Amino acid sequence: MTTAADQDLARYSRWALYAGLVILLVAPFIGLYPVFMMTALCFAIFACAFNLLLGFTGLLSFGHAAYLGAAAYATGWLVKQAHLTPELGVLAGTLVAGLCGLVIGLIAIRRQGIYFAMVTLAMAQMIYFVFLQAPFTGGEDGLQGVPRGKLFGVLPLEDDRVLYYVVLAVFVAVFLFIIRIVHSPYGQVLKAIRENEPRAISLGYDVDRYKLLAFVLSTMLAGLAGSLKTVVVGFATLSDAHWGLSGEVVLMTLLGGMGTFAGPVIGAFTIIGLQNFLADQVGSWINVIIGAIFVVCVVAFRRGFVGELRAWQLRRRKS
Amino acid sequence: MEIFGIPIQAFLGQLLLGLVNGSFYAMLSLGLAVIFGLLGIVNFAHGALYMIGAYVAWIGMEKFGINYWVSLLLAPIVVGAIGVAIERSLLKHLYKIDPIYGLLLTFGLALIAEGVFRDQFGVSGQSYSVPEALAGATNLGFMVLPNYRAWVVFASLVVCLGTWFLIERTRLGAYLRAGTENPALVQAFGINVPVMVMLTYGAGAGLAALAGVLAAPVIQITPLMGSNLIIIVFAVVVIGGMGSILGSILTGLALGLIEGLTKVFYPEASSIVVFVIMAIVLMIRPAGLFGKEK
Repeated sequence: MTTAADQDLARYSRWALYAGLVILLVAPFIGLYPVFMMTALCFAIFACAFNLLLGFTGLLSFGHAAYLGAAAYATGWLVKQAHLTPELGVLAGTLVAGLCGLVIGLIAIRRQGIYFAMVTLAMAQMIYFVFLQAPFTGGEDGLQGVPRGKLFGVLPLEDDRVLYYVVLAVFVAVFLFIIRIVHSPYGQVLKAIRENEPRAISLGYDVDRYKLLAFVLSTMLAGLAGSLKTVVVGFATLSDAHWGLSGEVVLMTLLGGMGTFAGPVIGAFTIIGLQNFLADQVGSWINVIIGAIFVVCVVAFRRGFVGELRAWQLRRRKS
Repeated sequence: MEIFGIPIQAFLGQLLLGLVNGSFYAMLSLGLAVIFGLLGIVNFAHGALYMIGAYVAWIGMEKFGINYWVSLLLAPIVVGAIGVAIERSLLKHLYKIDPIYGLLLTFGLALIAEGVFRDQFGVSGQSYSVPEALAGATNLGFMVLPNYRAWVVFASLVVCLGTWFLIERTRLGAYLRAGTENPALVQAFGINVPVMVMLTYGAGAGLAALAGVLAAPVIQITPLMGSNLIIIVFAVVVIGGMGSILGSILTGLALGLIEGLTKVFYPEASSIVVFVIMAIVLMIRPAGLFGKEK
């Protein structure tokens, strides 16, 4: 593989990122429905957070919806019942998710590989049952009517456009933060763990601590996504913490390309777009379609959009 | 007569219900363990196959008048055939790659199955009547024993122990265990490993369907019944460790009993008690109660 090809690739992907950012910046002015765009951005943050674990650390957490749901409920309750400002509500939600992540992470990292997935799924289901019974979540109805309020006491979030740019700013910050983590010495150790865990141990790295930190970071970012989503849509429901959503975030990441930066974002927009577009037309068949995409992805499309594009470019360079 | 302030009839009733649930945990975790051993795939679709088994019995009764006893034979065959088709068309592409893809693929299959049944039958529960021969209850003096529940526990114990015997004590089982250890070598000895793998998945699927038929008269049949159960069974498998067959059976029954006890003494916690036990076991013995340290 030549360095010239690598540089070309880097240039292409940078231009693609700029183009994506420009589209996101002008989205409210070219007729894209702002609430849809904000929801999609929240799920993009969620998928990026998940990808930090699966793509860059090699840990499949099959219960990530629990952290999104925990933060969504925490923010909703604090803003609605305790009248917290939205920025404090989001901060608190993020911390609650991180705390759940810390406790469950401590338990889950005791097993590797496929068992890690089963343990995280089971623990997430436990959190789901707690939410189902706890009085503050509103049970099957969910927590409704969370006001958006004013950011820092000045910015009126009731205005969809204002809120859109706030969500976009958070999304860009998370995106850059993840790039920064992955390229840091810490991120390189995570990569080493993904590639060869016994080797990383023999090199003297305290693998469990690295994995736990990655897990907590990922759950906090997932929580941030959930908190923002509550502010955007004004409610938190049980489906935010359901295993179905845990599966969807895996699909978003897989479809876009796991282990790539832009992949989860593209995957999230594709899935959320598909759900929005098809919901009125196909009813309960949407789950069948999602399941079918899953099957096709796993059998024939494991690199995802971004991964396939990169592989195709590399092949073209070589020939 | 009371025990800890709870009427003994209610206490024993819950215990029996726990044992019934435990029987389903045992049968499903057994199938999961056998499939994982030979295929290296954590079969998320196991819950969906169990659900389809129950629906096959229900549809057979409603549409074609097929009775319970025939369904007990028919459903495992139908679902086993579905399993064979899944293995031949999809799973066989996955044996050389990371096992997480097997989990994701079967998760997708579970979503498809659930969606199709939801579209056809809605989300509300269907009920299946207890077969006449097993209706009613027997008075044992200290408790009234519903015949069907006793039958479920008995039948699943027979099936579980039969599976154990097949795998641990017969020639076929020896091939199976050898295939788990080293498929290439077993193949070299002239045993058709791909066919064995295919039949194993089919048998695992059939076992799940059998559990579904046994469950049909005691639960509400809904498209979602499988996924809700499979997550608990995952926890059971983590607690027991997938290494030992008798271990899976014991763990399944024990957790069902514990769940039943929790329902008596602290009902709010009954839906999470299995997960709490899983967390505790992981802290003390990460490989699971019957698992081998790797």
